[in-house]
Amino acid sequence: MKLNQFNLVKSLFFGAIFFFNAIAHAALEIEITGGGAQQIPIAIVPFGGAPFGGAANTKDNISEIIAADLNRSGLFRVLETRGMANLPTSPAQIKYAEWTALQAQAVTVGSVQSVGGKLKVSFHLMDALKQTQLAGMDYQISPHQVRTTAHKIADIIYQKMTGQTGLFASRIAYITKTGKRYALQVADADGYNPQTVVSSNEPIISPAWSPDGSKLAYVSFEKKKPIVYVQSLTSGSRQVLANYKGNNSAPAWSPDGSKLAIVLTYGANSQIYTVSSGGGDLKQITKSTAIDTEPIFSPDGSQIYFSSDRGGKPQIYKVPASGGSPSRVTFEGGYNVSPRFSPDGKSLAYIRNDGGAFKVALQDLASGQVQILSEGNQDESPSFAPNGRVILYATKVGGRGALAAVSSDGKVRQRLKDSSGGDVREPAWGPLAK
Amino acid sequence: MNQKTSFNAKLLMVAVASVFLVACKSTPVTPAKVEDKSPAGASTGADSGADTGAIKEVAIDSSANSAGNSALKDPNNILSKRNIYFDYDSDAVKAEYRPIIEAHAKYMQANADAKMILQGNTDERGTREYNLSLGQRRAVAVKNSLNLLGVKDSQIETVSYGEEKATQNCAGDSCDKDRRVDIVHQGD
Repeated sequence: MKLNQFNLVKSLFFGAIFFFNAIAHAALEIEITGGGAQQIPIAIVPFGGAPFGGAANTKDNISEIIAADLNRSGLFRVLETRGMANLPTSPAQIKYAEWTALQAQAVTVGSVQSVGGKLKVSFHLMDALKQTQLAGMDYQISPHQVRTTAHKIADIIYQKMTGQTGLFASRIAYITKTGKRYALQVADADGYNPQTVVSSNEPIISPAWSPDGSKLAYVSFEKKKPIVYVQSLTSGSRQVLANYKGNNSAPAWSPDGSKLAIVLTYGANSQIYTVSSGGGDLKQITKSTAIDTEPIFSPDGSQIYFSSDRGGKPQIYKVPASGGSPSRVTFEGGYNVSPRFSPDGKSLAYIRNDGGAFKVALQDLASGQVQILSEGNQDESPSFAPNGRVILYATKVGGRGALAAVSSDGKVRQRLKDSSGGDVREPAWGPLAK
Repeated sequence: MNQKTSFNAKLLMVAVASVFLVACKSTPVTPAKVEDKSPAGASTGADSGADTGAIKEVAIDSSANSAGNSALKDPNNILSKRNIYFDYDSDAVKAEYRPIIEAHAKYMQANADAKMILQGNTDERGTREYNLSLGQRRAVAVKNSLNLLGVKDSQIETVSYGEEKATQNCAGDSCDKDRRVDIVHQGD
């Protein structure tokens, strides 16, 4: 951790401490180790209604969840509201001069009301200077949806204030190893609500979200060899996608979800194939005597990028998704693997071996310019947030597997610690909730 | 392998959401009118997979295989030697392992119905999927040696564990034991 490299804004730091209480129950605790150069000052006034804007049957506090999301992004400076004489819960109650005196650019107010067994959540985002509404939302939800709703509100604020699509109402998948037990888990993007998708005494690797977020493909060694499974998150039903002789690994969904690229070996080296998402319709895409692995579809679905040592050292190549002749993509550095596309298709994240240290690199595909983003020595598995602004990856902290995240401009860093004491690895960031 | 589907009632949270977007464009300072269109909009969670809905957990309990041929298990028999080690970044089978490979080749030829799995392994440096492919290359190298000694492809499956069995945070010599192929016979 290189705190001094970044301008850690004091108030952001205190804000983070203030929210430690709120995140103490998370299995993955998130620590911010850097901040954006320009942070938008915003007041998130506690929601009115049920105690602290929470509700019966839930400890979740909407305004705290929103504030934690915005703080974590590094793009906002959430202002302290405790001690303020007036805490408005509707736009009409806002005394704007009190908030502009704190440099607030925006103020959010809201309330939560119990209506039958449901909750009615109202929220307004107000421009503090123009005194106009930037967004207003009304939700009718079940009590268990408080967190998701708070993340959706945080996404609206993020989108209105930064002009970028949000990322908070999404989930991440990752593998834990605790003792001898492996588990594929899914948690909210803020580390809350971890749930086990599948657990086994044999390794599980390479989780991949279906584009609609309803399924995960992964590789399990439960039969003493790598086999690719697809599992529905809601029903738990799992299907063998590929169990051919040799290895079956590295699943990657096509953008339309109709097929997956996988890696098979039979009796020889790893080669890339496509298979329909229901299994079958197997098609060989690469034909080489080298290693061809880690396929990923370009966001338009037309190309498959992959890593290969066909030129001697591993580099990233691309091939038409229907097959054809591959061409080389990376030229700088002697070892570039694990390509991942940004959602807009404009850049490629991958792992570079930089003099024995494995780091996350980001390449602008138009200019070819490469930036090294991560600071560890054994960083792996880069995965873009659904809005492309953050890259989640696996790292090692004190010899243990942990997750870390870096903004795509390299300015904001987060570390996700597993409070259960196990190893965490192989992160995959899922799509935004609908 | 038994597949057990466990069900946690606590986690069954069928997402029933009705969400309404109101007046996102800039409006005068008067509070936005909030509309409730819920009667038409309530829907059950068909797409709750993308929401923070419930996840059904699957627990896999692997069971050990039963004991196999005693010659393979006899510690005094060379067939009990099952590890072929490799140099860093290499898939070349070293001469010192030739007696082990020859003994297993002889066994496979004497037992035409026997099947074996060659499991390739790497140390933990590098990415998991790429190491899976590197481990596979080592397994293929041992298979090629066995093929040259007359063992049929139909008797051999080559698979890789990549770095999954590797020593955590290996350094120096402790990494050497990770770069290997394990010979597993059917019934082991």
